[in-house]
Amino acid sequence: MDFSIASILMLDGITNGAIYALLALATVLVFAVTRVIFIPQGEFVAYGALTLALLQLGQVPGTVWLLLAMALLAGALDAVAGLRRGLPAGAVALGAARSLAVPVAVTAITVWAAPLKLPLMLQSLLTLAIVTPLGPLVYRLAYEKLADATVLVLLIVSVGTHFALTGLGLVFFGAEGFRNPSFWDERFTLGPVTLAGQALIIFMVSLALIIGLFLFFERTLRGKALRATAVNRLGARLMGISTSGAGQLSFGLAAFIGALSGLLIGPTTTIFYDSGFLIGLKGFIGAIFGALASYPAAALGAVFVGLIEAFGSFWASAFKEVIVFTLILPVLLWRSFQAGHHDEEE
Amino acid sequence: MRRRFLLAFVALLAVLPLLPVPEFWITQANYIGLYTLVALGLVLLTGVAGLTSFGQAAFVGLGAYSAAYLTLTHGVSPWLTVWIGLAFTFGAALLLGWVTLRMSGHFLPLATIAWGLSLYYLLGNLDFLGKYDGLLGVPALSFFGMPLNTGRSFFWLLWVIVVLAALAVIALLDSRTGRAMRAVKGGTTMAEAMGVDTFRIKVTAFVLAALLASVSGWLFAHFQRTVNPSPFGLKMGIEYLFMAVVGGVGHVWGALVGAGVVKIMEDQLQHWLPLLMGTSGNYEIIVFGVLLILVLQYARDGIWAFVEARFPKPQRVRDWADAPALPERPKPPHGELVLDVQAARKQFGGLVAVNDVSFQVRAGEILGLIGPNGAGKSTTFNLVTGVLPVSGGQVLLRGEPIHSLPSREIARRGVSRTFQHVKMIANMTVLENVALGAHLRGRGGVGASMLRLDRAEERRLLREAERQLARIGMADRMHELAGNLALGPQRLMEIARALCADPSLLLLDEPAAGLRLKEKQALADVLRQLRGEGLSILLVEHDMDLVMGLVDRIVVMEFGTKLIEGTPEEVQASPAVRAAYLGTEH
Repeated sequence: MDFSIASILMLDGITNGAIYALLALATVLVFAVTRVIFIPQGEFVAYGALTLALLQLGQVPGTVWLLLAMALLAGALDAVAGLRRGLPAGAVALGAARSLAVPVAVTAITVWAAPLKLPLMLQSLLTLAIVTPLGPLVYRLAYEKLADATVLVLLIVSVGTHFALTGLGLVFFGAEGFRNPSFWDERFTLGPVTLAGQALIIFMVSLALIIGLFLFFERTLRGKALRATAVNRLGARLMGISTSGAGQLSFGLAAFIGALSGLLIGPTTTIFYDSGFLIGLKGFIGAIFGALASYPAAALGAVFVGLIEAFGSFWASAFKEVIVFTLILPVLLWRSFQAGHHDEEE
Repeated sequence: MRRRFLLAFVALLAVLPLLPVPEFWITQANYIGLYTLVALGLVLLTGVAGLTSFGQAAFVGLGAYSAAYLTLTHGVSPWLTVWIGLAFTFGAALLLGWVTLRMSGHFLPLATIAWGLSLYYLLGNLDFLGKYDGLLGVPALSFFGMPLNTGRSFFWLLWVIVVLAALAVIALLDSRTGRAMRAVKGGTTMAEAMGVDTFRIKVTAFVLAALLASVSGWLFAHFQRTVNPSPFGLKMGIEYLFMAVVGGVGHVWGALVGAGVVKIMEDQLQHWLPLLMGTSGNYEIIVFGVLLILVLQYARDGIWAFVEARFPKPQRVRDWADAPALPERPKPPHGELVLDVQAARKQFGGLVAVNDVSFQVRAGEILGLIGPNGAGKSTTFNLVTGVLPVSGGQVLLRGEPIHSLPSREIARRGVSRTFQHVKMIANMTVLENVALGAHLRGRGGVGASMLRLDRAEERRLLREAERQLARIGMADRMHELAGNLALGPQRLMEIARALCADPSLLLLDEPAAGLRLKEKQALADVLRQLRGEGLSILLVEHDMDLVMGLVDRIVVMEFGTKLIEGTPEEVQASPAVRAAYLGTEH
């Protein structure tokens, strides 16, 4: 290997690592706020990339119908619960209308806009509008009832959700893969390295999102409420913070980050209905670097995973996944000694 | 009743291949048996020990590939390859467990996901294992010259193994090790205080589950006669967990029911869903995923819980009446220094919870530790019992420093305790909960329990548990589930459990809270009797009538510091104590 190959691999690794970092951040966020280990994070990546792919073809993506169905189901469950508690029918209807408004509007816009083959940017925004609301709905339907269960039970729910979302992905998008058009086709030559415009976009969007998240958590009341929930659920509740609302918000952020990652990665690799899982898990291994608790460690870990993957695929391409996923063992070993130390300090 | 059902089931299994059942259903039953073995391991791991794994399919793969590769290329006898496969599995599971189980419980399942994926891609890329095509033409098993090359002949061997494995797991759960395994589910503090090495127990549960999966893999290779990576991927790993959860993850027979229901459902779904969708694909995972979530939301104990509710477990037969008593440790002579706390200190960040507190407890003495809420009494308890490490100072037990030892080592040296908030195993009987206290007085391990070689010792442990229950007046309730007791009796049960450890120092954290007057008087009588026998007792209690009438000396704590130490009379007369409890006039 010479310097030019190394730098190409490095660039490749950091590009993918940036996306894994976004997913790792989402994983840490969801775990901190809800104690859910969100295995299906990667499904939103695939949903994002493939929803855009179908919009490109001028078709109405199935994710829209999933959004509508889940919103109707959640609305019905809320209505039943409201009536059981003896709320007046008017209030129940209003609540249902409010929670259905966005999904219905998104569905209507998509059905109208899909055949028009709008510009790529508008289709991307529409994709985000379709996939992001799926997050809170997944929380509402799969997790909320079990919010006080053990981490273990929530993890098993996550695996169930992963199964359901992957299977639905097959229904919506079929078994074939798609590769989306680049957002920016420009190429820059820096010595031995050619920098693709798409890679630049990935860096810039990742950085912007990380800064945005930082500002959200540091500067806004809702962000602080999320952090409060992460520290102490009961305490947050007593301060009037809705833990269910915090859960939905964190899942909404996770879905948004997932869909955005899907849009970013879509032009660099072919995405199949089940590709998201492996992508999400790589973000996950990054998150484990930070013991699912530290945002900076998770992001750095994810970039490291991207680098290992890039170099692994050069040296032993068949064993790329084996190398990446076996990496978890030394990381866990390292963390377990860290954890032992930590206990003694307390 | 249950035994009759079991016998009928075994009889049905024995004659099933002789009946004119279509071959399809024999094959189906064989798969169910293979899956049951794996799900059985998950019952042990998830339902009993409170851990879980998504990588069981990979252990099946390890067993299957070991068998296929060794018989095909080296001509090793299948009756030998099973042990080699088990050895590989043992090593892999030990490594995974050892690396992850020191940390919170969710790192093991995460590691098993990665392990499942790794092994899948590894099997699919290694030339000598045939890459994704796998290995073809694995020979059939033969049993004393009789080839088991048909579904029906294989059926017998498989189901004998399945039933034996289920009975072995049942035997394990009803033993010293089984109780320890159940004790780690809710948290490790109580189990460690009873002397259980919780890390070791968790690793044991994980390794056992992996070994069961490996046996299933060995059988799978010789049943299917070919192996390739796809049945050992993560999807199957998750399905195994699904089986255990649907059947009832806390019940041994739930594994069987879950495997049966899921296998039959999978077949039907794989037939109908592609017709419905118009194309082929793994559409059944949608149904599985949604069902898994619904089961967890609405029927977390699975299908077997409904069976269990209709046919409750029979009461344990009392066969230990004439078992020899357990040996007791020699009690220190009356008046000897037992516990010596020297300037013990505990800081949580900037907060000093226990501020250089010193006191002593002598043999045959009851020392009361009192103080307003938040005075640091329970933290002091945790320092003495090793739940928390001290930030400074020393704790000596009969002259030996114990402050840097883990809880279970302190328990081994004769310190036993109860908890301010009762810690018990709600779905075990009172007797079994109390017997957990005698963990360190037995030595029966996994193998002995599975083979029921531990019964003599088990009778001695249960006899001791009953004796201690009788002592606190609860012998008549020993067969009840601990979770059904009211708070008062639960506290008494904890005392019996602590006594079962044959301690020389007993620490009681608010034992009278929730007791009625009569029960309090009875408790006081028991404690006096124990003192008479030479036991030392450290007592935290808020009921002043009980404390003042019972203890020899009192230590009063306030804001983490020792306020005063003296006889009950001295303490009652002290203005400082009154000020601490009632406030001062300004």
